[in-house]
Amino acid sequence: MSSAIVTTGIGKSFGDVHALRDLDLDIPEGSFFVLLGPSGAGKTTTLRVIAGLEKPDYGTVHLNGIDATEATPAERDLAMVFQSYALYPKQTAADNIASPLRARRMGKSDLDQRVRQVAELLHIEHLLQRKPAQMSGGEQQRVALGRALVREPRAFLMDEPLTNLDLKLRVEMRTELTRIHRSLGRTFLYVTNDQVEAMSMADQVAVLHEGTVQQVGAPTEIYDRPANRWVATFVGSPRINLLPCTANGQLSGNGWQLPNPGFAVEDDRPALLGVRAEDLSLEVRDEAATLAGTVYAVEPLGDRTLVDIELADQRIVVKAPPTASLNIGDSVRASVDLDRIHLFDADGEAAIPRR
Amino acid sequence: MAEVLVKNLHKAFPDGTVAVHDLDLEIADGELFVMLGPSGCGKTTTLRCVAGLETETSGQIVIGDEVVSGLRPSQRDIAMVFQFYALYPHLSVHDNMAFPLRAAGHPDSEVSERVNEAARMLRLEPLLKRRPSKLSGGEQQRVALGRAMVRHPKAFLMDEPLTNLDAELRADMRAEVKHVQQRLRTTMIYVTHDQTEAMALGNRIAIMNQGRLEQVGAPMEVYERPATLFAARFIGSPPMNLIEAEVTNGHLTAAGGLQIKAPDGLRRGERVIAGVRPERFVVSAADGDAEAARGRVVSREALGDETIYVVETDAGLLNVRMPPTVRLAEEEVVAVRYQGTAPPVYDPETERVIDR
Repeated sequence: MSSAIVTTGIGKSFGDVHALRDLDLDIPEGSFFVLLGPSGAGKTTTLRVIAGLEKPDYGTVHLNGIDATEATPAERDLAMVFQSYALYPKQTAADNIASPLRARRMGKSDLDQRVRQVAELLHIEHLLQRKPAQMSGGEQQRVALGRALVREPRAFLMDEPLTNLDLKLRVEMRTELTRIHRSLGRTFLYVTNDQVEAMSMADQVAVLHEGTVQQVGAPTEIYDRPANRWVATFVGSPRINLLPCTANGQLSGNGWQLPNPGFAVEDDRPALLGVRAEDLSLEVRDEAATLAGTVYAVEPLGDRTLVDIELADQRIVVKAPPTASLNIGDSVRASVDLDRIHLFDADGEAAIPRR
Repeated sequence: MAEVLVKNLHKAFPDGTVAVHDLDLEIADGELFVMLGPSGCGKTTTLRCVAGLETETSGQIVIGDEVVSGLRPSQRDIAMVFQFYALYPHLSVHDNMAFPLRAAGHPDSEVSERVNEAARMLRLEPLLKRRPSKLSGGEQQRVALGRAMVRHPKAFLMDEPLTNLDAELRADMRAEVKHVQQRLRTTMIYVTHDQTEAMALGNRIAIMNQGRLEQVGAPMEVYERPATLFAARFIGSPPMNLIEAEVTNGHLTAAGGLQIKAPDGLRRGERVIAGVRPERFVVSAADGDAEAARGRVVSREALGDETIYVVETDAGLLNVRMPPTVRLAEEEVVAVRYQGTAPPVYDPETERVIDR
């Protein structure tokens, strides 16, 4: 697949703050590519550099193979969608959607047809004659999206467009956006701090932290094989359990010991064991691979029950079936799925590979 | 600690809006009782009436053995917690926890006794002399919780105390609140609009809508058998599938031939709405199964520990929760089938669960 957007060695500082350091991204043509990271990670700056709204201190931006580092925003032919909808309040939805085309001196019938196509795609035909004040937040966001779509740009850059919507609408819009992406077949570059949005919509995710790319991969890759401790912690809910240990033939922590399932370690290496809540089970399958503790809290969530277990000096969370019935203070053992655990270097924090 | 009774509570505001309609609640001594609903449902108004911050239009509030209607908040012996505020950075853990007691004018000897007791319960004793900056995140939260709990009121009233915390801290704090409440057996009325928080925390949940009670029940009761369509839509993410169906031979049959096990007591030919949780459906590559709904995957959300499919069928868009090992592609033609015992069914007119 050819590349729609490539950034090479981008650096950008604001005063003393290094927003981006040697940022490399390769965004395939037609992909739904998500930049994921906490606020301050450099996601929005990356987007703005790509859009031409911000000039990088060093590094280049290529669009479809052509160096666009010095190009103006208009020359880049990219459409931005922001979290605030910024619609013209006195115009109808149809006029708002049509506004980017007015400068192009399109014929009225062509323009109407184009607006109608976009409205159909977004399922907002019934809203076209309404003004923003007569629409819900979700409807306004769709109109804002329509205004970006109407131009048929090279790629769409979206900066947390769902942030201001309530949970139900956000879930709906996720499905909508993947559908729209599929039917347009254009490149979507989408910025969010919400790992569920990233996991649920992206073909590829780049996880950003402190201005550098920590890992790029398909959502399941990032979840199943996090490159370092930071990625493992940022992706997944409940958060991955991390237990300090010493790794050699065994993984030994405070009050527990597990066999080393093949992590390539030498000597007694200080490490962090990473276990996701669903890779722990209260049904003991293998006596040699358990963590023993007492129940700290039980949280039924309907489709699952989270059981907080207190080990010698820290707490872990186990995802149990909704039928689990336990009380605070009960002694329990959690069985560890050794095929699914992670080990991170205690210092460098990188994932330690298996042999 | 004490039980709290809300009897026929009615609250109308001067502009005529009725925030709470004839509400009855019985909150047991030592219970963590959650009031859940969207903004404007009347949950906060109810809490404020219990606290004495609002005067009820009619009805009665009883705390312990005492009718408190007409009493000022300070005379009701309750503690209101709006938020787990940040700790004072310049004060030690001990002084942070002592702050509300000192502010209320308790004598020094009593202050240290209470702080020490709370510190023992929360296992904060070794930390009492430290400043907040020397504590881990979890320890700081325990201190914040301890500070709220050093008073011994008859009940704690909490209004969305975790709202302003980030997601990670909120999950940690949720477990802390639950642990401490169960340890101390405090009576707690906890208001939230977050259904996950309500499920995780509550001994029982009261779901409210437009000033009225939709349902009261234990979390799993409310999840498995929502009393109304409103409750069904409000609890669970992705939401419960609400599917129009007709009662046929021992089954509920939806458009497109989807068969769902029918509960007993329904009349043949009756039209109902079946409430099916996403984990009660199974999706697989299309086959000839006549009881399954044939459809097309319109969305697939791989969340790591599970995958949510949205499948377009004649019976509507169906949400299906599957383990991550199942891999079906978007646009793929699939079969969705129901598994398990009969789901709750609803009367399309009254929107209430059918109980026969």
